[in-house]
Amino acid sequence: METRRLTCINCPMGCQLEVTVGDGGKVVSVTGNGCRRGDVYGRKEVTNPTRTVTSTVVVRDGASERVSVKTKEDVPKRLIFDVMDVINRTTVTAPVHVGDVLVDDVCGTGVPLVATAEVGVR
Amino acid sequence: MSGSNDLRSVDVVIIGGGPAGLSAAVAAHEEGCDSILVLERDNCLGGILNQCIHNGFGLHRFKEELTGPEYAHRFVRRVEEEGIPYKLNTMVMDVSPERVVTAMNRDDGMFQVQAGAVVLAMGCRERPRGALNIPGCRPAGIYTAGTAQRLVNVEGYLPGREVVILGSGDIGLIMARRMTLEGAKVKVVAELLPYSGGLKRNIVQCLDDFGIPLKLSHTVVDIEGAERVKAVTIARVGPDRRPIPGTEERYACDTLLLSCGLIPENELSSACGVRLSPVTSGPVVNESFETSVLGIFACGNVLHVHDLVDYVSEEADEAGRRAVAFVHGELGPAGAGQRDAAHARIAVRATGGVRYTVPSTIDPVRMADKLTVRFRVGDVCQDAYVSVYLDGERVQHRRKQIMAPGEMEQVILRKADLVGRPGLSSVTVAVERE
Repeated sequence: METRRLTCINCPMGCQLEVTVGDGGKVVSVTGNGCRRGDVYGRKEVTNPTRTVTSTVVVRDGASERVSVKTKEDVPKRLIFDVMDVINRTTVTAPVHVGDVLVDDVCGTGVPLVATAEVGVR
Repeated sequence: MSGSNDLRSVDVVIIGGGPAGLSAAVAAHEEGCDSILVLERDNCLGGILNQCIHNGFGLHRFKEELTGPEYAHRFVRRVEEEGIPYKLNTMVMDVSPERVVTAMNRDDGMFQVQAGAVVLAMGCRERPRGALNIPGCRPAGIYTAGTAQRLVNVEGYLPGREVVILGSGDIGLIMARRMTLEGAKVKVVAELLPYSGGLKRNIVQCLDDFGIPLKLSHTVVDIEGAERVKAVTIARVGPDRRPIPGTEERYACDTLLLSCGLIPENELSSACGVRLSPVTSGPVVNESFETSVLGIFACGNVLHVHDLVDYVSEEADEAGRRAVAFVHGELGPAGAGQRDAAHARIAVRATGGVRYTVPSTIDPVRMADKLTVRFRVGDVCQDAYVSVYLDGERVQHRRKQIMAPGEMEQVILRKADLVGRPGLSSVTVAVERE
């Protein structure tokens, strides 16, 4: 049994959650939450925390030096810095359009890296 | 300069091509106005959204989670598709009470436009070091969080390696994560107040995720460094917000980021004679987002600082539509100071912990069937009620588990309730214990 302390992010209350995880990683209980959303958040955050990673990628021959990018879906939180490594090694040639896929599958997550801005040719 | 008789005329001139200006332009176009001009100081449309590359925008407006550039793109695309005219790299120098807009850029030089209506959408700027009275040296390496955000996200430069952040507003929190992802070490975020003005989500996902400590009731008491920042000292503050001697902690670092509040950018407005609210630093507006000067409207962060761009767009839509109505003479007797008896003006009062409301006056004849009144509370309030009074009668009483200064609140007024009360003189929005 292990107890994790978390801050719920659903509203400004920021309830202090205590999530108890049993052997085998199953959530035994969530306490401290003021509403059901806290329970759902606590369980997800302990068993499968995910985040969208946003950053920028170097553009060649573009009207600007960089283009903003995001993982099209959430990726596992533990992979954030691995995803950043991939992003930092990626370059793209202008023109770039919103939604262009720059990397098909980031870090084996099955999630693509997409451009979030337009960059014209220099 | 050309004389006023050969001035170019444009129905709706919009000052600023950020989220507010773009929404106002698209809404004015949808309202059937084909004479619009957007004047933008930067080299592209989209405003501050272009550097806000994180996600979380658009959940209300588009029911999906977008990044800032994606949110801006939705509006820029509409502007391009509809052929709404805009000028980039263009600085507006003056707006006269007669709505003559004076602007300049490299292609046109100085030029003037006679506007049928003006929409002020200049946004806001960050409170700089000079406005914070931080003691210490004045070396390189001190940036506002938004400047650092532009350097990292648009220019592609990392402004420092070891960072202390003062202020826990959302931009500061977002930059703590951004600098960390790019390889910098963010040592601490200090917040003067006993609570953060940022969203809980940002505290968790920008600080907790990376083990960055947030020190509430702390401020910067010294900055060291001759050429470049070498260290920053923070100290705990008491209830009077003054540093407590003996609580100092020194952090070796090369960068200090400031995220200490945003101020609406109203130099043009005040030079034009637009009355400003001492609470918001933005124009006082009526239900039509019209300022105290006839035919001049305001929306977005120049009006009051928002947390959510979705609400900026919503307000700006209405400001754009109302500007068109004014040009077409459909707004009725206008000008907050010049209303006749047939268009009674009702004051909206903020009391009991409510710092301000937008709008601050309502003409019940001109208001839409439903009017959203937005406000902020001055302090964290738990288990309180938001009440609305029409003169002495309480007509709304809604329990809120929590309200915080960092999150804008709203009440919705119904036109039927207001027009059904002849002689009504005030609407009061209050936070009450019971």
